[in-house]
Amino acid sequence: MKHLLTAAMDRDEAVALLDLAEDMHQIQDRELKKLPALRGRTVVNLFFEDSTRTRSSFEIAGKWLSADVINVSGKGSSASKGESLRDTGLTIAAMGVDGVVVRSGASGAPALLADWIGRPVVNAGDGTHEHPTQALLDAFALRRRIHGPDAARGKALDGVRVAIVGDIAHSRVARSNALLLPALGAEVTLVGPPSLLPLAAADGTRLGVRAETSLDTVIAEQPDALMLLRVQLERQAGKVAPSAAEYITGWSLTDERLARLPQTRIMHPGPMNRGLELSSRAADSDASTVLEQVTAGVSVRMAVLYSLLASDQGGSR
Amino acid sequence: MTQSRTVLGPDEIARALTRIAHEILEANHGPDDLVLLGIPTRGVALAERLATRLTEITGEDFSARTGALDITMHRDDLRARPTRASQPTRIPASGVDGRTVVLVDDVLYSGRTIRAALDALSDIGRPRAVRLAVLVDRGHRELPIRADSVGKNLPSARSEHVSILLDEVDGEDAVVIEAEPATGGAA
Repeated sequence: MKHLLTAAMDRDEAVALLDLAEDMHQIQDRELKKLPALRGRTVVNLFFEDSTRTRSSFEIAGKWLSADVINVSGKGSSASKGESLRDTGLTIAAMGVDGVVVRSGASGAPALLADWIGRPVVNAGDGTHEHPTQALLDAFALRRRIHGPDAARGKALDGVRVAIVGDIAHSRVARSNALLLPALGAEVTLVGPPSLLPLAAADGTRLGVRAETSLDTVIAEQPDALMLLRVQLERQAGKVAPSAAEYITGWSLTDERLARLPQTRIMHPGPMNRGLELSSRAADSDASTVLEQVTAGVSVRMAVLYSLLASDQGGSR
Repeated sequence: MTQSRTVLGPDEIARALTRIAHEILEANHGPDDLVLLGIPTRGVALAERLATRLTEITGEDFSARTGALDITMHRDDLRARPTRASQPTRIPASGVDGRTVVLVDDVLYSGRTIRAALDALSDIGRPRAVRLAVLVDRGHRELPIRADSVGKNLPSARSEHVSILLDEVDGEDAVVIEAEPATGGAA
């Protein structure tokens, strides 16, 4: 693995990465949260979009591996003075950094950056395209819930039925999960208002996933996990989206729907709009994995940074 | 052609481990505060075998005092080698603070693994003392490190390869020396 640009990977690669994250996860129980593996390495978090949890999660992951982590936000940087992505990337690379974690509103920006700068690049979310570390942390948290924290190592998600609910068309989280979870053997159903379900999913099984417009139909099937996506108001201006009231009626995990899902794990990538995608009771229930997902994010990002940056010889495992 | 010879068989390995178990107890003046930590992969299996013997000898349950210490993140050759996969670390519930920790590994060679293990251990806690037990010491130390208990001293040339085979991992018990096949101009 030279870069992490997409969640599209084969099963063995995904399981190995999750297992590495499982070993990294043990640092949570330590008083001294520091491993020397990336001592002397420098990682730049280049964030052109607002992010709190992803950026701080990457920062913690890098620091716990002893890398020096520098945060560059798009707003305070020369990008706001009109510098191109290429020039910003080349400038940062010229300072001698070892890896770049990039978040951009432009789909495909991390792949371009990877071509230009010749250093490992991690996609921390690009437009409506992908968010691979989010899919990895979702898989990690779900695998622990399914198999138990002590028995998750080496396992996949064979036969685990996951429904992803919300604005599928604009969700990089949904896309990365739709690529990664089936590779691990999970059966993925994408659920959302017809105007927010992409044609590729709606017309059948091209992605290896199923599309469904009725949440109540999916609930009747009792999925193993229900992943609610954030209703992204900032990406909705002028779009053919339902109103908040329509959305809640059709696709929100309300208290009433929650009562019909006694065994289903409730997942959300955050930040949550309580009362919109899901009720407060759903968010805080024992079935909710929301905080486990956040913790998993650090472990998974440690695994990714280690895989990309520890060896000078690249990442053949 | 690769020439290989078996230096230790199953019975000799079993006897060596029994002797090491007694040496550990003798040096510690009994079983109090002992913790065994195996270094993956084969050191973990050896630590578990030692725990079985210590349980038989002392009547105390050593399985709860035995774990695994992965050193991957502390290696000094991470940059020079292809990316290494890690193994789980398991620390006994009693922890290592104030205990006498016996590190267990299969082969002692350059000493760099043990250097990494000492660093990994100091991140976890502060043992009262750290001891080292190995099945085979083949010499060629690159760091000032020595073992407290050795199953077999095995003087070997650097060009030779020493393989430890254990039933838990390899399906049989044996210590094998293989001479490096003479390729190219190397002697």
